[in-house]
Amino acid sequence: MISLTSPVETRAHRWPAGVKLGALCLASTGLFLTGSAAVHVAALLLVLALYAAPGRVFLQAGLRSLRVVLPFVAILLVWHAVTGELRAGALIVLRMVTLVALANLVTMTTGLGELVDLIRRLTAPLRRLGLPTHLLETAIPLVIRFTPVLVARAENLAEAWRARSRRRPGWRLILPLTLQALDDADHVGEALRARGGPLGPQ
Amino acid sequence: MERNIAHVALFAAMIAALGLVPQITLGFGVPITAQTLGVMLAGAVLGARRGAAAAGLFLLLVALGLPLLAGGRGGLGVFVSPTAGFALGFPVAAFATGLFVEHVRLRSAGLAAGLGAVFGGIVVLYILGAAGLAIVLDKSLAEAFTLVAVFIPGDLLKAGITGMLVQALARVRPQTLAWHRGAAGAGDLRL
Repeated sequence: MISLTSPVETRAHRWPAGVKLGALCLASTGLFLTGSAAVHVAALLLVLALYAAPGRVFLQAGLRSLRVVLPFVAILLVWHAVTGELRAGALIVLRMVTLVALANLVTMTTGLGELVDLIRRLTAPLRRLGLPTHLLETAIPLVIRFTPVLVARAENLAEAWRARSRRRPGWRLILPLTLQALDDADHVGEALRARGGPLGPQ
Repeated sequence: MERNIAHVALFAAMIAALGLVPQITLGFGVPITAQTLGVMLAGAVLGARRGAAAAGLFLLLVALGLPLLAGGRGGLGVFVSPTAGFALGFPVAAFATGLFVEHVRLRSAGLAAGLGAVFGGIVVLYILGAAGLAIVLDKSLAEAFTLVAVFIPGDLLKAGITGMLVQALARVRPQTLAWHRGAAGAGDLRL
Protein backbone atom coordinates (compact mmCIF):
# COMPACT_ATOMS: atom_id res chain seq x y z
CA MET A 1 0.00 0.00 0.00
CA ILE A 2 1.22 3.43 -0.93
CA SER A 3 1.49 6.08 1.75
CA LEU A 4 1.08 9.77 0.96
CA THR A 5 4.68 10.43 1.99
CA SER A 6 6.47 12.18 -0.86
CA PRO A 7 9.16 10.16 -2.62
CA VAL A 8 11.01 13.44 -3.22
CA GLU A 9 13.54 13.54 -0.40
CA THR A 10 13.43 16.96 1.29
CA ARG A 11 15.35 18.37 4.20
CA ALA A 12 12.14 18.23 6.24
CA HIS A 13 12.12 14.40 5.92
CA ARG A 14 14.98 14.34 8.43
CA TRP A 15 13.33 16.59 11.03
CA PRO A 16 11.81 14.77 14.02
CA ALA A 17 8.12 13.94 13.48
CA GLY A 18 7.18 15.25 16.91
CA VAL A 19 8.62 18.71 16.15
CA LYS A 20 6.73 18.92 12.85
CA LEU A 21 3.48 17.86 14.49
CA GLY A 22 3.96 20.35 17.33
CA ALA A 23 4.68 23.17 14.88
CA LEU A 24 1.56 22.23 12.91
CA CYS A 25 -0.59 22.41 16.05
CA LEU A 26 0.87 25.80 17.02
CA ALA A 27 0.46 27.25 13.51
CA SER A 28 -3.14 26.01 13.23
CA THR A 29 -4.12 27.44 16.61
CA GLY A 30 -2.39 30.72 15.79
CA LEU A 31 -4.24 31.12 12.49
CA PHE A 32 -7.57 30.48 14.20
CA LEU A 33 -6.79 33.13 16.83
CA THR A 34 -5.72 35.95 14.51
CA GLY A 35 -8.11 37.91 12.30
CA SER A 36 -5.41 39.87 10.50
CA ALA A 37 -5.52 39.54 6.72
CA ALA A 38 -1.81 40.35 6.41
CA VAL A 39 -0.87 37.42 8.67
CA HIS A 40 -3.08 35.05 6.68
CA VAL A 41 -1.64 36.12 3.33
CA ALA A 42 1.90 35.88 4.72
CA ALA A 43 1.18 32.40 6.10
CA LEU A 44 -0.17 31.16 2.78
CA LEU A 45 2.81 32.59 0.87
CA LEU A 46 5.19 30.99 3.38
CA VAL A 47 3.50 27.59 2.97
CA LEU A 48 3.61 27.92 -0.83
CA ALA A 49 7.30 28.76 -0.60
CA LEU A 50 7.83 25.61 1.49
CA TYR A 51 6.05 23.59 -1.20
CA ALA A 52 8.08 25.17 -3.99
CA ALA A 53 11.47 24.78 -2.29
CA PRO A 54 12.01 21.02 -2.98
CA GLY A 55 11.27 21.43 -6.70
CA ARG A 56 8.52 21.03 -9.28
CA VAL A 57 7.54 17.40 -8.71
CA PHE A 58 6.96 18.06 -5.01
CA LEU A 59 4.99 21.25 -5.72
CA GLN A 60 2.73 19.50 -8.23
CA ALA A 61 2.01 16.58 -5.88
CA GLY A 62 1.23 19.07 -3.11
CA LEU A 63 -1.15 21.12 -5.26
CA ARG A 64 -2.87 17.93 -6.42
CA SER A 65 -3.71 16.94 -2.85
CA LEU A 66 -5.13 20.42 -2.27
CA ARG A 67 -7.76 19.97 -4.99
CA VAL A 68 -10.24 18.47 -2.50
CA VAL A 69 -10.80 21.86 -0.84
CA LEU A 70 -11.64 23.58 -4.15
CA PRO A 71 -15.42 22.91 -3.94
CA PHE A 72 -15.44 24.53 -0.50
CA VAL A 73 -13.48 27.52 -1.79
CA ALA A 74 -16.10 27.96 -4.51
CA ILE A 75 -19.03 27.58 -2.09
CA LEU A 76 -17.53 30.08 0.36
CA LEU A 77 -16.75 32.70 -2.29
CA VAL A 78 -20.23 32.45 -3.84
CA TRP A 79 -21.84 32.53 -0.38
CA HIS A 80 -19.95 35.63 0.69
CA ALA A 81 -20.39 37.34 -2.65
CA VAL A 82 -24.15 36.94 -2.19
CA THR A 83 -24.13 38.20 1.40
CA GLY A 84 -21.72 41.02 0.42
CA GLU A 85 -18.98 40.12 2.92
CA LEU A 86 -16.34 39.08 0.42
CA ARG A 87 -13.48 40.22 2.67
CA ALA A 88 -14.54 37.95 5.53
CA GLY A 89 -15.03 35.10 3.04
CA ALA A 90 -11.58 35.58 1.56
CA LEU A 91 -10.08 35.39 5.05
CA ILE A 92 -11.84 32.07 5.78
CA VAL A 93 -10.71 30.68 2.41
CA LEU A 94 -7.12 31.74 3.07
CA ARG A 95 -7.12 30.13 6.51
CA MET A 96 -8.71 26.91 5.27
CA VAL A 97 -6.29 26.47 2.35
CA THR A 98 -3.25 27.31 4.50
CA LEU A 99 -4.22 24.88 7.27
CA VAL A 100 -4.89 21.98 4.92
CA ALA A 101 -1.72 22.70 2.93
CA LEU A 102 0.38 22.86 6.08
CA ALA A 103 -1.04 19.59 7.46
CA ASN A 104 -0.50 17.87 4.09
CA LEU A 105 3.07 19.12 4.16
CA VAL A 106 3.72 17.27 7.43
CA THR A 107 2.21 14.11 5.95
CA MET A 108 4.28 14.44 2.76
CA THR A 109 7.55 14.81 4.63
CA THR A 110 7.08 12.20 7.37
CA GLY A 111 7.41 8.47 6.79
CA LEU A 112 4.86 5.91 8.03
CA GLY A 113 7.40 4.27 10.34
CA GLU A 114 8.27 7.55 12.05
CA LEU A 115 4.61 8.34 12.64
CA VAL A 116 3.98 4.87 14.10
CA ASP A 117 6.92 5.43 16.45
CA LEU A 118 5.47 8.80 17.41
CA ILE A 119 2.09 7.20 18.14
CA ARG A 120 3.82 4.68 20.39
CA ARG A 121 5.51 7.46 22.35
CA LEU A 122 2.35 9.60 22.54
CA THR A 123 0.25 6.68 23.79
CA ALA A 124 2.79 5.70 26.47
CA PRO A 125 0.90 7.57 29.23
CA LEU A 126 -2.33 5.79 28.25
CA ARG A 127 -0.49 2.48 28.41
CA ARG A 128 0.55 3.25 31.97
CA LEU A 129 -3.10 3.88 32.80
CA GLY A 130 -3.79 0.30 31.70
CA LEU A 131 -5.16 0.86 28.18
CA PRO A 132 -3.99 -1.91 25.84
CA THR A 133 -2.46 0.47 23.27
CA HIS A 134 0.17 -2.14 22.37
CA LEU A 135 -2.61 -3.95 20.50
CA LEU A 136 -2.36 -1.16 17.90
CA GLU A 137 0.98 -2.60 16.82
CA THR A 138 -0.78 -5.82 15.87
CA ALA A 139 -3.91 -4.19 14.48
CA ILE A 140 -2.30 -1.56 12.19
CA PRO A 141 -0.42 -4.08 9.98
CA LEU A 142 -3.54 -6.27 9.92
CA VAL A 143 -5.63 -3.43 8.46
CA ILE A 144 -2.92 -2.57 5.94
CA ARG A 145 -2.88 -6.23 4.83
CA PHE A 146 -6.67 -6.75 4.92
CA THR A 147 -7.54 -3.76 2.74
CA PRO A 148 -5.98 -5.01 -0.55
CA VAL A 149 -7.24 -8.54 0.22
CA LEU A 150 -10.79 -7.22 0.54
CA VAL A 151 -10.45 -5.20 -2.66
CA ALA A 152 -9.17 -8.28 -4.52
CA ARG A 153 -12.04 -10.39 -3.13
CA ALA A 154 -14.55 -7.76 -4.21
CA GLU A 155 -13.06 -7.76 -7.73
CA ASN A 156 -13.29 -11.57 -7.87
CA LEU A 157 -16.95 -11.46 -6.85
CA ALA A 158 -17.68 -8.74 -9.39
CA GLU A 159 -16.06 -10.80 -12.15
CA ALA A 160 -18.07 -13.87 -11.15
CA TRP A 161 -21.22 -11.74 -11.26
CA ARG A 162 -20.40 -10.25 -14.66
CA ALA A 163 -19.76 -13.72 -16.06
CA ARG A 164 -23.35 -14.64 -15.21
CA SER A 165 -25.38 -11.45 -15.57
CA ARG A 166 -25.60 -8.39 -17.74
CA ARG A 167 -26.82 -6.20 -14.88
CA ARG A 168 -24.41 -4.28 -12.69
CA PRO A 169 -23.49 -6.07 -9.45
CA GLY A 170 -23.80 -3.05 -7.13
CA TRP A 171 -24.44 -3.52 -3.44
CA ARG A 172 -25.50 -7.18 -3.77
CA LEU A 173 -21.84 -8.18 -3.57
CA ILE A 174 -21.43 -6.77 -0.08
CA LEU A 175 -23.08 -9.73 1.68
CA PRO A 176 -20.88 -12.45 0.12
CA LEU A 177 -17.89 -10.13 0.56
CA THR A 178 -18.70 -9.67 4.26
CA LEU A 179 -19.21 -13.41 4.76
CA GLN A 180 -15.90 -14.28 3.10
CA ALA A 181 -14.13 -11.54 5.03
CA LEU A 182 -15.59 -12.70 8.36
CA ASP A 183 -14.30 -16.22 7.65
CA ASP A 184 -10.90 -14.73 6.82
CA ALA A 185 -10.93 -12.75 10.05
CA ASP A 186 -11.76 -15.88 12.07
CA HIS A 187 -8.85 -17.70 10.44
CA VAL A 188 -6.52 -14.78 11.17
CA GLY A 189 -7.72 -14.75 14.77
CA GLU A 190 -6.96 -18.46 15.11
CA ALA A 191 -3.59 -18.02 13.42
CA LEU A 192 -2.72 -15.19 15.82
CA ARG A 193 -3.71 -17.36 18.76
CA ALA A 194 -1.68 -20.30 17.48
CA ARG A 195 1.37 -18.04 17.29
CA GLY A 196 1.11 -16.82 20.86
CA GLY A 197 -1.37 -13.95 20.52
CA PRO A 198 -0.82 -10.30 19.63
CA LEU A 199 2.47 -8.51 20.31
CA GLY A 200 2.81 -7.97 24.04
CA PRO A 201 3.66 -4.69 25.76
CA GLN A 202 7.41 -4.15 25.68
CA MET B 1 -9.32 -11.70 22.21
CA GLU B 2 -7.36 -12.61 19.05
CA ARG B 3 -10.67 -12.90 17.22
CA ASN B 4 -11.72 -9.47 18.46
CA ILE B 5 -8.53 -7.89 17.14
CA ALA B 6 -8.99 -9.62 13.80
CA HIS B 7 -12.62 -8.49 13.54
CA VAL B 8 -11.81 -4.89 14.48
CA ALA B 9 -8.98 -4.84 11.92
CA LEU B 10 -11.25 -6.45 9.33
CA PHE B 11 -13.95 -3.82 9.68
CA ALA B 12 -11.39 -1.01 9.65
CA ALA B 13 -10.20 -2.50 6.34
CA MET B 14 -13.83 -2.80 5.22
CA ILE B 15 -14.36 0.95 5.76
CA ALA B 16 -11.20 1.55 3.71
CA ALA B 17 -12.15 -0.90 0.93
CA LEU B 18 -15.66 0.55 0.60
CA GLY B 19 -14.07 3.99 0.21
CA LEU B 20 -12.27 2.65 -2.86
CA VAL B 21 -15.53 1.64 -4.55
CA PRO B 22 -16.10 4.20 -7.31
CA GLN B 23 -18.69 6.73 -6.21
CA ILE B 24 -22.14 6.57 -7.76
CA THR B 25 -24.23 9.60 -8.57
CA LEU B 26 -27.81 9.83 -7.34
CA GLY B 27 -30.60 10.89 -9.67
CA PHE B 28 -30.26 14.55 -8.80
CA GLY B 29 -26.50 14.79 -9.27
CA VAL B 30 -25.20 14.20 -5.76
CA PRO B 31 -22.20 11.85 -5.62
CA ILE B 32 -22.24 9.28 -2.82
CA THR B 33 -19.47 6.98 -1.67
CA ALA B 34 -19.84 3.69 0.15
CA GLN B 35 -17.43 4.68 2.94
CA THR B 36 -20.03 5.51 5.58
CA LEU B 37 -21.71 2.19 4.78
CA GLY B 38 -18.58 0.63 6.27
CA VAL B 39 -18.93 2.79 9.38
CA MET B 40 -22.59 1.79 9.77
CA LEU B 41 -21.73 -1.88 9.25
CA ALA B 42 -18.91 -1.75 11.80
CA GLY B 43 -21.26 -0.43 14.47
CA ALA B 44 -24.19 -2.62 13.49
CA VAL B 45 -22.22 -5.88 13.26
CA LEU B 46 -19.56 -5.47 15.95
CA GLY B 47 -21.52 -3.40 18.48
CA ALA B 48 -20.60 -0.12 20.14
CA ARG B 49 -17.14 -0.68 21.57
CA ARG B 50 -15.58 -2.82 18.85
CA GLY B 51 -17.34 -0.82 16.11
CA ALA B 52 -15.90 2.42 17.46
CA ALA B 53 -12.51 0.73 17.73
CA ALA B 54 -12.68 -0.29 14.06
CA ALA B 55 -13.63 3.22 12.91
CA GLY B 56 -10.99 4.74 15.19
CA LEU B 57 -8.34 2.39 13.84
CA PHE B 58 -9.30 3.38 10.30
CA LEU B 59 -9.01 7.04 11.24
CA LEU B 60 -5.60 6.47 12.81
CA LEU B 61 -4.36 4.96 9.55
CA VAL B 62 -5.72 7.96 7.64
CA ALA B 63 -3.89 10.28 10.05
CA LEU B 64 -0.70 8.27 9.49
CA GLY B 65 -0.88 9.23 5.83
CA LEU B 66 -2.53 6.28 4.10
CA PRO B 67 -4.86 7.45 1.30
CA LEU B 68 -7.88 5.50 2.54
CA LEU B 69 -10.63 8.12 2.64
CA ALA B 70 -12.99 8.10 -0.35
CA GLY B 71 -11.28 9.72 -3.34
CA GLY B 72 -7.82 8.65 -2.17
CA ARG B 73 -7.54 11.31 0.51
CA GLY B 74 -5.57 10.92 3.70
CA GLY B 75 -2.97 12.51 5.89
CA LEU B 76 -3.23 15.15 8.57
CA GLY B 77 -4.87 17.64 6.20
CA VAL B 78 -8.09 15.67 6.53
CA PHE B 79 -8.41 16.74 10.16
CA VAL B 80 -8.33 20.48 9.44
CA SER B 81 -10.34 20.36 6.22
CA PRO B 82 -14.04 21.35 6.11
CA THR B 83 -15.09 17.68 6.27
CA ALA B 84 -13.04 17.01 9.43
CA GLY B 85 -16.21 16.75 11.52
CA PHE B 86 -17.43 13.84 9.42
CA ALA B 87 -14.09 12.03 9.58
CA LEU B 88 -13.73 12.54 13.34
CA GLY B 89 -17.38 11.56 13.71
CA PHE B 90 -16.83 8.06 12.24
CA PRO B 91 -15.94 6.37 15.56
CA VAL B 92 -18.74 8.21 17.36
CA ALA B 93 -21.21 7.21 14.64
CA ALA B 94 -20.15 3.56 14.83
CA PHE B 95 -20.42 3.71 18.63
CA ALA B 96 -23.91 5.23 18.47
CA THR B 97 -25.03 2.65 15.91
CA GLY B 98 -23.71 -0.13 18.13
CA LEU B 99 -25.31 1.38 21.23
CA PHE B 100 -28.64 1.45 19.43
CA VAL B 101 -28.56 -2.18 18.31
CA GLU B 102 -27.33 -3.33 21.73
CA HIS B 103 -29.99 -1.58 23.76
CA VAL B 104 -33.06 -1.26 21.57
CA ARG B 105 -34.22 -4.84 21.20
CA LEU B 106 -36.37 -5.41 18.16
CA ARG B 107 -37.54 -8.77 16.94
CA SER B 108 -35.84 -8.23 13.58
CA ALA B 109 -32.07 -7.77 13.73
CA GLY B 110 -32.18 -6.09 10.32
CA LEU B 111 -34.67 -3.47 11.45
CA ALA B 112 -32.61 -2.75 14.57
CA ALA B 113 -29.46 -2.40 12.44
CA GLY B 114 -31.18 -0.18 9.88
CA LEU B 115 -32.61 2.14 12.53
CA GLY B 116 -29.31 2.07 14.39
CA ALA B 117 -27.53 3.11 11.20
CA VAL B 118 -29.98 5.99 10.76
CA PHE B 119 -29.34 7.07 14.35
CA GLY B 120 -25.56 6.67 14.41
CA GLY B 121 -24.59 7.04 10.75
CA ILE B 122 -26.97 9.89 9.94
CA VAL B 123 -28.28 11.77 13.01
CA VAL B 124 -25.09 11.65 15.10
CA LEU B 125 -22.68 11.83 12.15
CA TYR B 126 -24.41 14.80 10.53
CA ILE B 127 -24.50 16.74 13.80
CA LEU B 128 -20.73 16.28 14.17
CA GLY B 129 -20.10 16.83 10.47
CA ALA B 130 -22.14 20.03 10.35
CA ALA B 131 -20.40 21.23 13.53
CA GLY B 132 -16.99 20.68 11.89
CA LEU B 133 -18.11 22.43 8.73
CA ALA B 134 -19.49 25.33 10.78
CA ILE B 135 -16.17 25.78 12.60
CA VAL B 136 -13.90 25.58 9.54
CA LEU B 137 -16.13 27.66 7.24
CA ASP B 138 -17.14 30.06 10.03
CA LYS B 139 -20.86 29.56 9.47
CA SER B 140 -23.76 28.87 11.80
CA LEU B 141 -24.75 25.25 12.47
CA ALA B 142 -28.00 25.65 10.52
CA GLU B 143 -26.19 27.12 7.50
CA ALA B 144 -23.62 24.33 7.59
CA PHE B 145 -26.39 21.78 7.79
CA THR B 146 -28.08 23.07 4.61
CA LEU B 147 -24.79 22.49 2.76
CA VAL B 148 -24.71 18.78 3.64
CA ALA B 149 -28.42 17.97 3.67
CA VAL B 150 -28.30 16.88 -0.01
CA PHE B 151 -26.26 13.84 1.01
CA ILE B 152 -28.90 12.50 3.40
CA PRO B 153 -30.91 10.51 0.79
CA GLY B 154 -27.76 8.60 -0.13
CA ASP B 155 -27.10 7.84 3.50
CA LEU B 156 -30.67 6.65 4.03
CA LEU B 157 -30.02 4.23 1.18
CA LYS B 158 -26.88 3.02 2.95
CA ALA B 159 -28.77 2.59 6.23
CA GLY B 160 -31.28 0.45 4.34
CA ILE B 161 -28.48 -1.67 2.88
CA THR B 162 -26.98 -2.03 6.38
CA GLY B 163 -30.34 -3.30 7.63
CA MET B 164 -30.67 -5.84 4.82
CA LEU B 165 -27.09 -7.08 5.25
CA VAL B 166 -27.45 -7.52 9.00
CA GLN B 167 -30.79 -9.28 8.49
CA ALA B 168 -29.06 -11.72 6.16
CA LEU B 169 -26.10 -12.10 8.52
CA ALA B 170 -28.45 -12.88 11.42
CA ARG B 171 -29.89 -15.71 9.33
CA VAL B 172 -26.73 -17.26 7.85
CA ARG B 173 -24.05 -16.35 10.37
CA PRO B 174 -25.73 -15.46 13.68
CA GLN B 175 -22.60 -16.10 15.74
CA THR B 176 -21.11 -12.89 14.32
CA LEU B 177 -23.77 -10.66 15.85
CA ALA B 178 -22.85 -10.80 19.54
CA TRP B 179 -25.56 -8.29 20.44
CA HIS B 180 -28.30 -10.33 18.78
CA ARG B 181 -27.64 -13.62 20.53
CA GLY B 182 -28.44 -13.65 24.25
CA ALA B 183 -31.59 -12.50 25.96
CA ALA B 184 -32.01 -8.79 26.63
CA GLY B 185 -30.10 -7.63 29.69
CA ALA B 186 -31.49 -5.53 32.50
CA GLY B 187 -32.40 -2.01 31.49
CA ASP B 188 -32.84 -2.83 27.82
CA LEU B 189 -35.71 -1.46 25.90
CA ARG B 190 -37.91 -4.21 24.55
CA LEU B 191 -40.19 -3.41 21.65
